[in-house]
Amino acid sequence: MAGPCPAKRMNGGVRAPAVADGQASILELNGVSKRFASGLEALADIDLGVGRGEFLSLLGPSGCGKSTLLRIVAGLTAPSAGHCRLAVDRAPGRIGFVFQDPTLMPWSTVTANVMLPFRIAGRAGAGERERALAAVRAVGLAGFEDAYPHQLSGGMRMRVSIARALVTDPDLLLLDEPFAALDEITRLQLNDDLLRLWERHRPTILFVTHSVFESVYLSTRIAVMSARPGRIAADLAVDVPQPRGRATRMSPEYAAMCERVSATLARAMGA
Amino acid sequence: MSRSLRVAAPVAIGLVLLALWEAGVRLSGVPVYILPAPSDIAHSLVVDGPSLMGSLLVTLRITLAALAAAALVGGAIALVFSLSRLVEISFFPYAVILQVTPIVAIAPLIIIWVRTPFLALLTCAWIVAFFPIVSNTTVGLNSADRNLLALFRLYGASRWQVLWRLRVPTALPYFLAGLRISGGLALIGAVVAEFVAGTGGAETGLAYRILEAGYRLAIPRLFAALFLLSVTGILIYLALDLLSRLLLRHWHESALTEEEE
Repeated sequence: MAGPCPAKRMNGGVRAPAVADGQASILELNGVSKRFASGLEALADIDLGVGRGEFLSLLGPSGCGKSTLLRIVAGLTAPSAGHCRLAVDRAPGRIGFVFQDPTLMPWSTVTANVMLPFRIAGRAGAGERERALAAVRAVGLAGFEDAYPHQLSGGMRMRVSIARALVTDPDLLLLDEPFAALDEITRLQLNDDLLRLWERHRPTILFVTHSVFESVYLSTRIAVMSARPGRIAADLAVDVPQPRGRATRMSPEYAAMCERVSATLARAMGA
Repeated sequence: MSRSLRVAAPVAIGLVLLALWEAGVRLSGVPVYILPAPSDIAHSLVVDGPSLMGSLLVTLRITLAALAAAALVGGAIALVFSLSRLVEISFFPYAVILQVTPIVAIAPLIIIWVRTPFLALLTCAWIVAFFPIVSNTTVGLNSADRNLLALFRLYGASRWQVLWRLRVPTALPYFLAGLRISGGLALIGAVVAEFVAGTGGAETGLAYRILEAGYRLAIPRLFAALFLLSVTGILIYLALDLLSRLLLRHWHESALTEEEE
């Protein structure tokens, strides 16, 4: 695998920090563009390197192509130009995906939904079942193993979706505005839960959001995107101390970083 | 609304209407061959009951066989449609043609072509009943959640797994809704086919008994046969509704009780 993706000069003159030294790059996007059949240019010339274990947020206004970028990384959409190189094999289960909607099968129980990746792979033995139950417990749903999705609240459904993405112990976790449709209380709770899961397993996370506060609270690095066509306007390292928790939200570092990211986002949207 | 009231209210309305009917006929002196009173019909039901029940069984057998064939063939056609868009756009118009052509108009042909009376009647009823199942199930198979489809792709699911684990469960409520419509249509198809075929002899369906009663001005028996047909139609609907509720009780909006929502 080649070394970290060298950061190119971004428009606006903000220099993107390269992946930290010694960290193997897990994902490299070079000149990735996407133009839809309708002629809409969703993404233009995206260069982005992501190091193993990073928590990278893609922050931008709606319509800036964040979700398209995520789908390209997952291999669900082909780029019109450029390359997307992954240092993980694309074997099923190495990439986890969480959509904005929980995207559960309503006819299956919580456990059966979490078992889906194993069932598709044709491995659904006692070991896999144990892993699924462990994943359900890890997202705080012990006692709901046999519940059906309609019996759960929106936040609980999203937890099931996260458990399903984590159950194969993926190298790369892609989250597409997973908490956007949830209420504030549930959202903060799930932010903390996601941080704990990341601290424990250290998967690489690509997190799409349009919330400045969420991106600063969660990530180690933020790629700020501008819209039409989607570009990476700035690439900022988040130097808010780890581990983060409730106190983080009150800390001056957090406030300063939020202000900086907000200003960058405003510039990106004005540009 | 309490459960008992939901049953009691329509029953009360029915009893009031029957009483009005009975009183109206008695007071106006309408002859029984124009409009029999409910009591006349009830009497006929008792007297002719056993022979009418025999005819009902004949009609019911055709109806249920046609419904089963419609479910199997209709479901299979929809599956084939969902596997190939080309097949779907090529054949769907012909399914529509079969559906919009009045069964009364083609029944005589079918009765000439298909020699076995039972099979001829079955074919007529099937033609009327299969379309809602094909059309509903095809929509259902194509309604799988786009994100779930993406997820299946991400986890490397085969075409077969997508069909079996995602498209078929998604289509189940649509199929069952089609089946409920087809249940009533199969009965109508069977009755219409019997009207046209007019089979006499030992294997006489309820439709022919209605014709026969009409010719003989045995109007109470005509009403009794009509009553049995309606009851049969309602029972078929209730049975299919129950089946639908049983199969979907854990997950589909249509089958959830209020406490679960």
